Amino acid sequence: MASNKKYWKSEAELNPNDSIVETLRQNEFPEEIPVDDFLGDKDSLSATTTNRRDFLKYVGFSTAAASLAACEGPVKYSIPYVVQPERIIPGVSNYYATTIADGFDFASILVKTREGRPIKIENNTDAKAHGGANARVQASVLSLYDSTRIQGPLSNGEPVEWDVLDATVKAKLAGLANSGRQVALLTQTYASPSTSRLIDDFRMMYPNVSHVTYDAISEDAALTAFEQKYGERALPDYDFSKAELIISFGADFLGDWHGGGFDGGYAKGRVPKNGKMSRHVQFESIMSLTGANADKRVPLTPTQQKVALAKLYSKLNGTAIGGDIPETAERVLDALVSEIGTDSGKAVVVTGLDDVHAQSVALAINELLRSRAFDVAAPRYLRQGSNKALGQLIADMKAGKVGALIMDGVDPMYSLPNPAEFQEGVEKVDLSVTFSTNWNDTTAVTQFTAAANHYLESWGDTQIKKGHYSLMQPAIRELFDTRQFQTALLQWMGSEQSYYEYIKETWNAGVLGGADWNKALHDGVFMVPTTPEGVAEDAQVAGEEIPSESAMVSLASAVQALANTSGEGMELVLYPKVGMGDGKQANNPWLQEFPDPITRVSWDNYLTISKADAEKLGLENSYVANGGLDGSYARLTVNGVTVNKVPVIIQPGQASGTVGLSFGYGKTTGMKEEMRVGVNAFPLYQNFSNIQPVTVEKEAGNHEFACVQLHKTLMGRGDIIKETTLEIFNTKDHHEWNKVPEVSLNHQEVPATTVDLWAGFDRSIGHHFNMSIDLNACTGCGACVIACHAENNVPVVGKHEVRLSRDMHWLRIDRYYSSEDTFEGDNTKKEELSGAVGSKRGFGEMEDPAVNPQVAFQPVMCQHCNHAPCETVCPVAATSHSRQGQNHMAYNRCVGTRYCANNCPYKVRRFNWFLYNNNDEFDYHMNNDLGKMVINPDVNVRSRGVMEKCSLCIQMTQKTILDAKREGRTIKDGEFQTACSNACNSGAIVFGDVNDEESQVAELSRSNRMYHLLESVGTKPNVFYHVKVRNTDGTLES
Amino acid sequence: MTIENIERKHMKKGLNRHPLSRIFGLSLLVFLLLSNSLISQEAAAEEAPAAEAAAEAGGDPAKGKQLFNQNCAACHSLDRKMTGPALANVEQRLLDDEGLDKEWLYAWIKNNQALISAGDAYAVRIYNEYNQAQMTAFPTLSNQDIDDILAYTAAPPPAPVAAAAAAAGSEQGGAASSGVSNELILGALVLVFGLLVVMLILVNNTLRRIAEANGVVLEKEKAAKRTPVWKAFAKNQFLVLVTSIFLILAAGYYAYGWMMQVGVDQGYAPIQPIHYSHKIHAGDNQIDCKYCHSSARVSKHSGIPSLNVCMNCHKSIYEYKGNPEGPSAEDIANGYTNEFYTKEIKKLYKAVGWDEENQRYTGESQPVEWVRIHNLPDFAYFNHSQHVSVAGIECQTCHGPVEEMEIMYQYSPLTMGWCINCHRETKVNLADNAYYENIHAELSKKYGVEELTAAQMGGLECGKCHY
Repeated sequence: MASNKKYWKSEAELNPNDSIVETLRQNEFPEEIPVDDFLGDKDSLSATTTNRRDFLKYVGFSTAAASLAACEGPVKYSIPYVVQPERIIPGVSNYYATTIADGFDFASILVKTREGRPIKIENNTDAKAHGGANARVQASVLSLYDSTRIQGPLSNGEPVEWDVLDATVKAKLAGLANSGRQVALLTQTYASPSTSRLIDDFRMMYPNVSHVTYDAISEDAALTAFEQKYGERALPDYDFSKAELIISFGADFLGDWHGGGFDGGYAKGRVPKNGKMSRHVQFESIMSLTGANADKRVPLTPTQQKVALAKLYSKLNGTAIGGDIPETAERVLDALVSEIGTDSGKAVVVTGLDDVHAQSVALAINELLRSRAFDVAAPRYLRQGSNKALGQLIADMKAGKVGALIMDGVDPMYSLPNPAEFQEGVEKVDLSVTFSTNWNDTTAVTQFTAAANHYLESWGDTQIKKGHYSLMQPAIRELFDTRQFQTALLQWMGSEQSYYEYIKETWNAGVLGGADWNKALHDGVFMVPTTPEGVAEDAQVAGEEIPSESAMVSLASAVQALANTSGEGMELVLYPKVGMGDGKQANNPWLQEFPDPITRVSWDNYLTISKADAEKLGLENSYVANGGLDGSYARLTVNGVTVNKVPVIIQPGQASGTVGLSFGYGKTTGMKEEMRVGVNAFPLYQNFSNIQPVTVEKEAGNHEFACVQLHKTLMGRGDIIKETTLEIFNTKDHHEWNKVPEVSLNHQEVPATTVDLWAGFDRSIGHHFNMSIDLNACTGCGACVIACHAENNVPVVGKHEVRLSRDMHWLRIDRYYSSEDTFEGDNTKKEELSGAVGSKRGFGEMEDPAVNPQVAFQPVMCQHCNHAPCETVCPVAATSHSRQGQNHMAYNRCVGTRYCANNCPYKVRRFNWFLYNNNDEFDYHMNNDLGKMVINPDVNVRSRGVMEKCSLCIQMTQKTILDAKREGRTIKDGEFQTACSNACNSGAIVFGDVNDEESQVAELSRSNRMYHLLESVGTKPNVFYHVKVRNTDGTLES
Repeated sequence: MTIENIERKHMKKGLNRHPLSRIFGLSLLVFLLLSNSLISQEAAAEEAPAAEAAAEAGGDPAKGKQLFNQNCAACHSLDRKMTGPALANVEQRLLDDEGLDKEWLYAWIKNNQALISAGDAYAVRIYNEYNQAQMTAFPTLSNQDIDDILAYTAAPPPAPVAAAAAAAGSEQGGAASSGVSNELILGALVLVFGLLVVMLILVNNTLRRIAEANGVVLEKEKAAKRTPVWKAFAKNQFLVLVTSIFLILAAGYYAYGWMMQVGVDQGYAPIQPIHYSHKIHAGDNQIDCKYCHSSARVSKHSGIPSLNVCMNCHKSIYEYKGNPEGPSAEDIANGYTNEFYTKEIKKLYKAVGWDEENQRYTGESQPVEWVRIHNLPDFAYFNHSQHVSVAGIECQTCHGPVEEMEIMYQYSPLTMGWCINCHRETKVNLADNAYYENIHAELSKKYGVEELTAAQMGGLECGKCHY
């Protein structure tokens, strides 16, 4: 593939941040054309010899010449390999198993490569733990082709050779060896057996080496609590599929709590089976993804959550404890205790409060309950950062005790609350080296920037949880002159070994236990055969049965401490957003454009605040004529640290007395202009606690959001979402809870699905694709949105265009709030409205987002209607139907009338208002050669003025069919997939051939939970949904 | 590069050849004809005594040649180092230089590894000299066979090729000379006719002058007084109307025809950086298309073979020896001589970085920038494997008689109408394909036909090719 050679014309070009070079690169003629001198002056205009007729002649001639020249096609070249690699066949994809471990996201994945270029991330279904890629992991392939990546090592911002860097570092390390000053390694969490061994080896060679692990978003409290109880610095694992009752105190476990990846197990328990599904109760402040999925969500301030947690413990323990929480919460707690009842193992309690006491109590409750979902025998290693060690390191640095600082995978100058302090420390260090893929705040203050590999260019291994190992292998050679941290360490140790050999050695010695290395590398994952479960459990029980006296005392004091928590004033909750995480990939346009599942806002972070508090502070949201959302600005002050100009979103369900702000935004150094959005929340992340006392003030100005869905209620159009409760689902006939709308035929009300305006088409022969979306299993995580983006070359349009409702996502996940507990409530209200005035007031009431709404997520893509309204209105027949059930869209035929979009009841068609590729107005990834490498060659890149939409990944279904034809076999169920169904970790999206009676999708289509969107329209879609069932009945109602 | 540049500017449809090159070709032809016949005559003269010498050696050189070509030619040449050493006069040479007799050769050819492992000094030396490339053992060759081969290496029989080439050369020489005389006759005729025309004009002028002098009025001047035809035409409005309608229709017809060919590059035959002749490879040498374009079986792309595929054969085929009948008059007219083709092979060596002298790769390679001939627009998805492997369509169906193409060109229009037509007419190939079994049984019942066309299988749906 691409060579590593770099050519340059002047020294300055090697600095990626040189603005002049950039200007010159973009402008062949940097001097502006003096148009004004010429056109602005009347005299010179009249003096010119070119008259109007001449001008017209020129225009005529050039038009004719241009059109004549256009008749001859350009010469294209085909350049084959000189020596074609054995496994690469042009036009055929290869898949490699690898692992992402960037310190925040960990997952075993498959990488799809075409002609040697990674173009897509898929889930590794062989992995038992963390085999699912979330939205950020799906998008990470684009970060490989980030045009702002550092292309070679730098010394104080100037390009330098690796040899020079190596020599300097080696000399310094040797010099420091006996000086009594430390050599500090400050790194991300690797969870890597080989890296641990390597650092130990490094320490053996240079005894003054210390290693500090630093997580930008710390899980220190949970780690410490676990360590105190079980003696190992790790995080407990939870299998939510085994839990019947999930109680969460501010733990966003469907997000990034404890490293994320719980959604698969959670969703398994959420689908009603034999009349049973898990029940999920969430006590939280912000509206998190997890809270949005809960059956019962109790908005509480973090202080109240702590008290509630203490109360739950004491209630389960049979003791009484003080503390003040709202009455409703108290009632829910009582109900929970009675529900736990005798079979306590079915319940599990988790908490995301950054408080060692809270974490200890949660662990103690799970022990007490003997929770089946709770696993401490095989804990997770995804977070290892230690705040104490980091604090010590910074203190040492400031005291001049550190001689050399080597960093990898961290950006403390951005993500520390006190970067000034860190900078002061760095300045006292003799040698500082930062391994980084991008220029950032930290590389700006260190001497050497070691250009690091992207994970798709690196070797590595991880132990995601005990006994679950996975391997990282490069899917492409280094695009630039970069090197990974581990290779550099080996180099500095004077070792001849490559890191690949080093990993192999580690695995052969300590992991594989005689198993085949090549097979492990091929699979990407390796599970150490575990001891029978009974033995492990016995050990656990044995450990538990003798709680030492001191532990009992400390637990009691922890509970007491929690119960005694009291908070004054506003509390700020800091959280990672689903799309951005800790901000490692802030330069990724896919993630920036990804609308947050809850607020549906892209390209921003914001302060979430409850309606009541907003009114008190005079903060507001408003809509402008073009549908855009505007918000006030707020000023946040935490312990004297102020963050200005934080845009405000009024968030239904936000606990009053709290505000929320997400991490990961507000980066400016090394970022493209368009990506410098949002505010940095890290300065407020003091003492690494996600809960901070805060003062909120209104600031002048109006912020323009790019929000893709209005923040209102469903306005009574309830039948697009159908939901019911478990009780009704179990006891009543499905005609009642999954009611088919009726229409009048010959003055008789009949089910809408039986009426047909059109002659049907026989689709019983061949394949007939259907997609099933289970609203119960869908957590709204958005992995499918990014997967669709990557698979179908969906363009990024930017904040301004999204604000104008011109987002191009083929697949959107609608988020619906319902203000009443049931949609019937809304519906009844709507029916009862009378007259214009009445309805205005009535709708106004419904529009007012309730204090604690229910939330439903609904992925909507083209519904591929068998009676598609779009097809009948296309004047040029650019969109037509296939017998396989897909609604085709021929881009080259489309003339852009947009009739189809107007006539689509689901609003899934997307119009290309501009040319989004090769256009520097849209400086995202399709305008540079590097970013274009991610484009899927099997899917057309659309041009300006054409309509586009979901194709049910016809390129994938066609490929499956072709493979079968070539091999002369029939197609098995599960072979047909789309990008979204492949990406779905929770099993909510199932795709297949309904004509295959045995297939899963055919079975799902026969379910009595099945319904189509807006059945009354009579479109007969090929995408169907499953009624959302909420487990809200019974005792929890308050 | 210059030729390429000219060609790039003149991206014409069709097999247009620059007139300059034709003149150049013509003069080249005359020169080559003369030189070629000389060379071939010399070769024939040389080979005659050699044949006699071989007859004495006890082997049959004719049979030896056959055996040599079957077994040895992949790695050995007579007068040139290849994978293995040059073999001309190998027996004599070994005897003279190394003192090794025929027995050693028998042993070596039948099982060279045994000799090497036995530590035979010369065997080891030769093994190391040729990069330790192991020679295939030929235990099946009898001593007589080896004698035959050795006889051939000692004195190759006169090549019928050379003789034929010489014959053909002299024939063409004759033809060329007769062509010259024809031209002379024609030139003389032109001269005579030209003289006649001049004379006629002179006579006419003289007569006219005489007539004027005599006061005779010429008829032509009388006729001029009649109404001119165009005026009569302009007065007849009906005729004008009909004519203009006709003209408009005709103009429309031709404009439509012209516009429909915009972007259709049928017949596009660009000059390639290496003159690769499909005629020689697929036609004369019968190489299967998919030997080189192997990804056509499994991929959407047919694939331009990488240079290492070329080297599978061209490691040993280092020069072009022409087809048995020798270059045809047409080839020679175009400049496609053996030397020309050999030069093209050298271009390949340069690109792939093959050091012919030492028979190894230098590592300095330069990918070949082939000019792409079949340019399907991006919005049309076409998959070769669907057509080649599943449907079993011959490559020639779309690409035309490639085996006859000296210069590859686009045979089919590659328009959508052309695709659709074929999909309408072509029956689906169902034989032994479990995928089609069910669907075909049901669909053919539905449509009441024996065999389904691609269109009936859904091959006309937009989304099958446009996504």
